[in-house]
Amino acid sequence: MEILYSIVVAPFVDMWTSPVFFSEVVISGVLTGVMYSLVALGFVLIFKASGVFNFAQGAMVLFAALTLVGLMEHGVPVWLALILTMLVMVALAIAIERLMLRPLVNQEHIILFMATIGLTFFLEGLGELMWGSNVKMLDVGIPSESFEVGGILLNEFDLYAAAIGAALVTVLAVFFHKTSVGRALRAVADDHQAALSVGIPLKTIWIIVWSVAGIVAMVAGIMWGAKSGVQFSLSLIALKALPVLILGGFTSVPGAIVGGLIIGVGEKVAEIYWGPLVGGAIENWFAYMLALAFLLFRPQGLFGERIIERV
Amino acid sequence: MRLEKLVIAGLGALIAVTGVFSAEAVAQNEQFIPMLVYRTGPYAPSGIPVANGFRDYYTLVNKRDGGINGVKVTFEECETKYNTKLGVECYEKLKNKGPTGAALVNPFSTGITYQLIPKAPVDKVPILSMGYGRTAAADGRVFPWIFNFPTSYWSQASGFINYVAQQEGGLDKLKGMKIAHVYHNSAYGKEANPTLQVLAEKYGYKLTMLAVDHPGQEQKATWLQIRRLKPDWVFMSGWGVMNQVAVKEAAAINYPMDHFVGNWWSGSDADVIPAGKGAIGYKSTAFHFAGTGFPVHKDIIKHVYDGDVAQANRNNFGEVLYNRTLVNAMFGIEAIRTAMQKYGNKPMTGEQVRWGLEHLHITEGRLKALGMGGFTRGFEVTCADHETGGPIIVQQWDGKKWNMVSDWVPTMRDVVRPMIEKAAAAYAKENNITPRKCMG
Repeated sequence: MEILYSIVVAPFVDMWTSPVFFSEVVISGVLTGVMYSLVALGFVLIFKASGVFNFAQGAMVLFAALTLVGLMEHGVPVWLALILTMLVMVALAIAIERLMLRPLVNQEHIILFMATIGLTFFLEGLGELMWGSNVKMLDVGIPSESFEVGGILLNEFDLYAAAIGAALVTVLAVFFHKTSVGRALRAVADDHQAALSVGIPLKTIWIIVWSVAGIVAMVAGIMWGAKSGVQFSLSLIALKALPVLILGGFTSVPGAIVGGLIIGVGEKVAEIYWGPLVGGAIENWFAYMLALAFLLFRPQGLFGERIIERV
Repeated sequence: MRLEKLVIAGLGALIAVTGVFSAEAVAQNEQFIPMLVYRTGPYAPSGIPVANGFRDYYTLVNKRDGGINGVKVTFEECETKYNTKLGVECYEKLKNKGPTGAALVNPFSTGITYQLIPKAPVDKVPILSMGYGRTAAADGRVFPWIFNFPTSYWSQASGFINYVAQQEGGLDKLKGMKIAHVYHNSAYGKEANPTLQVLAEKYGYKLTMLAVDHPGQEQKATWLQIRRLKPDWVFMSGWGVMNQVAVKEAAAINYPMDHFVGNWWSGSDADVIPAGKGAIGYKSTAFHFAGTGFPVHKDIIKHVYDGDVAQANRNNFGEVLYNRTLVNAMFGIEAIRTAMQKYGNKPMTGEQVRWGLEHLHITEGRLKALGMGGFTRGFEVTCADHETGGPIIVQQWDGKKWNMVSDWVPTMRDVVRPMIEKAAAAYAKENNITPRKCMG
């Protein structure tokens, strides 16, 4: 009976009796969720344009952040380092299209997925080879002071991250839905051959989408790298994006942000109110459990395109 | 013409044969030590200074001293990526190298150490898990092949409580205090928990344990709990990116950094630099000094780097983990030297080095002779005690470097040793091991 009380009643009593702390937990979850969304966006872009789950997105985050911080360490000013890193990510996209995607046109999605696994190892190795494996401090000038509002502690850095994430999602949503390139991207995702037959330049589209995904990876790399330092473990951040994608849908830009928010808030609330009952450290698997529960009832995710197959 | 060719061929053969024999003779006088390193992967920021420290010390021994009593030290690196499976593969690959096989192995990973513990008596390769690994292995009656001197996780936890007591005005002041342990959710991270729990019961402080899952990039929930709990002291057993994020999160919630103490694997330069100014005041335990102000450092610059300080700095010279591996490598070399006193000046087998480890007596005089006087503390290993329960020291980050801010803090042998013996007895029972008898 006592166990039942501690699971079903006590956490809610705690939330009710400490509303300020509960608000802080929720806000913290929202802000963390935005950070997850930043990583998830890169996956969505490539999945929308090619139907391929890009296993290398985490490695792209690492590679972009390493390039940026490596350039800054060599005395390049921040603004120029940002531009140069974007150019490097575009060059990478062209190389990926030429060397990896073009030879695999019309292959099964699983083949392309396997190719992205190879790309992961290549990018991780290249990044370490070029810039080393030591932790690098990244400071792009975003303030990180903490302050209290009504007893709730907020950090400037988290607020900037949320604003950047929201801006990025808005721009990408407009790009996909309101521009001809965006429509072409969606057409390519639906069917490579059909898109080619109506004159959509597949190669150009792939370069555009991998470039945009690379730039999104750079933004995610900056935000996460500023938190923990730029180091190899940035590539593992992709694991945090998976439940977000499952929940939000692999093909929806707004889904990535909503999924991120739900996962962010859900894991924080679960860890703080239910975690102590089982020894803590439940937030990682709780996110996957939550995603799994959604998968059972809505396999395409909250905002994903409905799967219709003719048999 | 034909005779000329014959003479040339004969001379060539002679050179080749004598070359082979002399190379063989040199190889026969070498002591091989495997190096399980992680210069790549998520834990590389910690693995690189560790690998460089070992490499530099072995090179120093060869160049400055001409080897160990004339026996040259050879080593080979094998990349583990801090992955237990790869670590075991590396061990298997290197254990039989050199004229007498591996002298000893330094796994530098608690996970790899756990896997090698059953292999050590079979392969006859002793394990030196200096300040990490299975704490119960300190009982040499059950674990004759494992050594974790100069102190262990459990001793360290008791040393931390002693340090808190010193800061607060005595052990009696601990009653009613709140102490939190933020730990890596792994076998390593959990090591300090039993000691902290036993001491909480003994001294009456309230202990809260907060686990952080691998790799530890996101810890907001943990630090929100700390903010709510407002513990008087926070102790951390972290590793890799977990440390950097924890230091940054602690600063973000305005936790007083001088009451936040990491264990000795949570206090390297890489752990604090990414946090910038926020890390100022953060403390960690250690069992050696930080910095480059000891004669051994001058020797390394002179003999290993030919005076090129910039090159040494690029190789993490003087960083906390670099210094720790200088100490680790020195312990291994001195154990081999101890073994040579009994078995003669020739390459030692793993079995002979095990004897050397068990009879290792590091005196202050010996440390001074090695250029490490005051750098770390001396100790004496015995048949039953492979840990020695040495004291800890606390260092603090000032934004640029680590400074030692305490004297040597004793550990609680009266509490920890019975726990070790109990855990070792349980291991022996579980694995059908009959503990050997130790005299004296």
